[in-house]
Amino acid sequence: MATKAFQKIYTKITQITKATCSLKATGVGYDELASVDGKLAQVVKIIGDEVTLQVFSGTEGIRTNAEVVFMGKAPTLKVGDQLAGRFFNAYGDPIDGGPIPEGTEVEIGGPSVNPVRRKQPSELIATGIAGIDLNNTLVTGQKIPFFADPDQPFNQVMAMVALRAQSDKIILGGMGMTNDDYLFFKNTFSNAGALDRIVSFINTTEDPSVERILIPDMALSAAEYFAVQKNEKVLVLLTDMTNYADALAIVSNRMDQIPSKDSMPGSLYSDLAKIYEKAVQFPAGGSITIIAVTTLSGGDITHAVPDNTGYITEGQLYLRRDSDVGKVIVDPFRSLSRLKQLVTGKKTREDHPQVMNAAVRLYADAANAKTKMENGFDLTDYDNRTLSFAKDYSEKLLAIDVNLDTTEMLDVAWGLFGEYFKPAEVNIKQELVDKYWKK
Amino acid sequence: MATKGIVRGIVSNLVTVEVDGPVSQNEICYISVGGVKLMAEVIKVIGKDAFVQVFESTRGMRVGDEAEFEGHMLEVTLGPGMLSRNYDGLQNDLDKMDGVFLKRGEYTFALDNDKLWDYKPLAKVGDTVTAGDWLGEVDENFQPHKIMVPFTFKGTYTVKSLVEAGQYTINQTIAVLTDEDGKDIDINMIQRWPVKRAITCYKEKPRPYKLLETGVRTIDTVNPIVEGGTGFIPGPFGTGKTVLQHAISKQAEADIVIIAACGERANEVVEIFTEFPELIDPHTGRKLMERTIIIANTSNMPVAAREASVYTAMTLAEYYRSMGLKVLLMADSTSRWAQALREMSNRLEELPGPDAFPMDLSAIVANFYARAGFVHLNNGATGSVTFIGTVSPAGGNLKEPVTENTKKVARCFYALEQERADRKRYPAVNPIDSYSKYLEYPEFQEYIAKHISPEWLDKVNEIKTRMLRGKEIAEQINILGDDGVPVEYHVTFWKSELIDFVILQQDAFDTVDAVTPLARQEFMLDKVVKICHAEFRFDTFLEVMEYFKQMINIFKQMNYSEYESDQFKKFNDQLDALLAERMEK
Repeated sequence: MATKAFQKIYTKITQITKATCSLKATGVGYDELASVDGKLAQVVKIIGDEVTLQVFSGTEGIRTNAEVVFMGKAPTLKVGDQLAGRFFNAYGDPIDGGPIPEGTEVEIGGPSVNPVRRKQPSELIATGIAGIDLNNTLVTGQKIPFFADPDQPFNQVMAMVALRAQSDKIILGGMGMTNDDYLFFKNTFSNAGALDRIVSFINTTEDPSVERILIPDMALSAAEYFAVQKNEKVLVLLTDMTNYADALAIVSNRMDQIPSKDSMPGSLYSDLAKIYEKAVQFPAGGSITIIAVTTLSGGDITHAVPDNTGYITEGQLYLRRDSDVGKVIVDPFRSLSRLKQLVTGKKTREDHPQVMNAAVRLYADAANAKTKMENGFDLTDYDNRTLSFAKDYSEKLLAIDVNLDTTEMLDVAWGLFGEYFKPAEVNIKQELVDKYWKK
Repeated sequence: MATKGIVRGIVSNLVTVEVDGPVSQNEICYISVGGVKLMAEVIKVIGKDAFVQVFESTRGMRVGDEAEFEGHMLEVTLGPGMLSRNYDGLQNDLDKMDGVFLKRGEYTFALDNDKLWDYKPLAKVGDTVTAGDWLGEVDENFQPHKIMVPFTFKGTYTVKSLVEAGQYTINQTIAVLTDEDGKDIDINMIQRWPVKRAITCYKEKPRPYKLLETGVRTIDTVNPIVEGGTGFIPGPFGTGKTVLQHAISKQAEADIVIIAACGERANEVVEIFTEFPELIDPHTGRKLMERTIIIANTSNMPVAAREASVYTAMTLAEYYRSMGLKVLLMADSTSRWAQALREMSNRLEELPGPDAFPMDLSAIVANFYARAGFVHLNNGATGSVTFIGTVSPAGGNLKEPVTENTKKVARCFYALEQERADRKRYPAVNPIDSYSKYLEYPEFQEYIAKHISPEWLDKVNEIKTRMLRGKEIAEQINILGDDGVPVEYHVTFWKSELIDFVILQQDAFDTVDAVTPLARQEFMLDKVVKICHAEFRFDTFLEVMEYFKQMINIFKQMNYSEYESDQFKKFNDQLDALLAERMEK
């Protein structure tokens, strides 16, 4: 933190809470950065000459006579090609022992893209996982989270998706990540030889929680550099956004704001939207795709964080352990990709949308049959067939260890239809049945 | 002299400005931040302090920055050239802005100053006119765009002169009016109006009664909306709110469609930008974009402008209604607007109402919905603003303030249901909970009897009853098992499934099935009701299931076929053959 000439130093803090401190100061800009005894802080409130600062690393040990210096700028990141392959903390400082990268300094949390300058996303992201590619196809410029309980292997699936997706850069934003998970990502990416196209901003559970607030903006500023300046396809992984929201709640609580649902700040929707809406397809070819993780508590999606997220993102992916086949599957019922119709049947084979819907409908019939069976009722022949279908469908298509291209997935699905059903039972357009039904 | 002020406090986008003169509630001011002027609106005044909400990010604003007050409330500019445009919530033309990213403090003019319009006068010299009366007309995308006496004019005026038919720009004088004191006033094609006030230049607002065709069967057939009616679509995320809204805006039989994307996803707006210029209006054969205006305040755009965006959209709708046009206004989603109000109320440290929403939320929602309606204009012509808003209930729970307050005022309720969406039964409108109050209007019943058939409403009521009965039987079968109920019950259940699959479910992504004209809806409803009345011969419930599945499959193929095409007839014949197999009478 370079000291400028004539910089005014304040030494009289009037109020200290767990996350904020206040002092009398003049000529201070809103959102401006300051350092409080060397700790980074940001202006969150100005009333007359009283300025309130949010201290990112917490206010432990801050003295009432601490030295406060205002820096005259909002939080920034130096962006440039040297970011690639590096690991940073929430402030954008290297944590991998390497040199400080050179680049242009940009303010993080910058302006939004003019909606009329966006291009409609239309490029498919192939992951090989049929639960995603077949039922919930991803598209560049999309934003989609995994809704998962903390014990589910979402980080593994996300790493797999990131490596298989043909992106130019992967930006990892880790918020409240355990050190083990951090090392998992680091090892997985370096074993795959992909480290040179990865940039990571990591806040682990060992770091102060309020620092997390900076992570998404840091990651997305880096993403915007590669997508706008270099026209690259950038994939941003944010894990875990629930920790981010918790940090927001802490700050808003310290600022005496009236909490809304689930003790979350009333602005949660806007706060999350500002991050997720950075996902964009630019006309020049660059794109930012965001895959995030929102951990749930006991699968409750009505909690404010997953609920608001669901209204912002373009779908959501659920993982579930299917006890019938003993594998983790992508749940076809609750998972959804809102942008899939931009590519299914257009970038993939014509029968894709109808096959996808028919298979899920039959899988739903199987779920009904299962309920009947569990309640001790007799099953019809159709019920039995749906149950066998469901097992095969789960094992051969929904399981996360599947790796096929979409045409193969469709052929597998037609194969299963032919094995267990009559054409009249699948409700697919006749001309497609005529063409693809496996006799 | 204009009032000036100095910034005294900043909390996010709520700024306290100390003023040196009079200010009014909702007055607009501009605050200079590092040379850039940011627009803001007064929302509270205490003594010399005006609390303003800034429509942009306040990053870098300092205590001591200067503000200038404009002396008027938030206004829109009204005139020809608004159709096909993409505006932000404050009516800035997004296409006129430079660069990929939105720049703070960049405001662009809503109309085109240079375009020449083909104008022809409608009034005559010597006519006595009042606010809202038509003076002339220009052709805007094939719509007769009326040039009216400005809505702000009070009292009566005499037309002193009118220009001849010809080409004029919006800034040229097209008429001179003389007021009651004998003063002459030049009129051009532009007028301004504060968005939070309703435009009320009409004679009366009767109960609406004319069906507004949307091509969506679960609306038109089951719970119809009318010209000038109000409706709302609540639903948890992922239940198809946006798809349904887009379907309505594409297909509805309206002259003008205004879409307010209020705090929603930018890619959804991009979808409209991309598709509407290509898609054809099924009623006129012209491009959909020609009749559409988009007001985009996406979720990452400034929160304060979100509230403004719905008012901007409504004002534009009322303006076109005053020309005697049928306007459809869609707002997605009104919950985001309510949340914007909540954020501000919270920063103002007001005592919160339920779920921390402001106490006057119900009044705000009610006032807004009341601006829709079917009107008789002063010259006897009619116009309408039909309003459909979506609501995004927190946690999918319909017992939350926005849904409850909207339910009190909107006359149509299209409840999207998670369970239906999970089973991929789209559109996921719950047929039992949803309603249209218009079905009970005698005016509407009379209208339908004349335009479709006198038996229509009986049939609609019958399928509603059958859906309810079907649901009851499904619950019984779940408890007692397939064998535990008589075969008759299975038949009744499958008849309700037939209604669900054939009439309620509709594939919004299939070019044919997406839009069903009224004549076709009539044909399908007749056919389905006839089957519901028929008696069939079955020995076991398995036969029932098997048989109805076949029937549904053929019906589905029909829904996918062009109406009255050879293919359609082929499936119709197949269906009749199948029916003949088991039908007893």
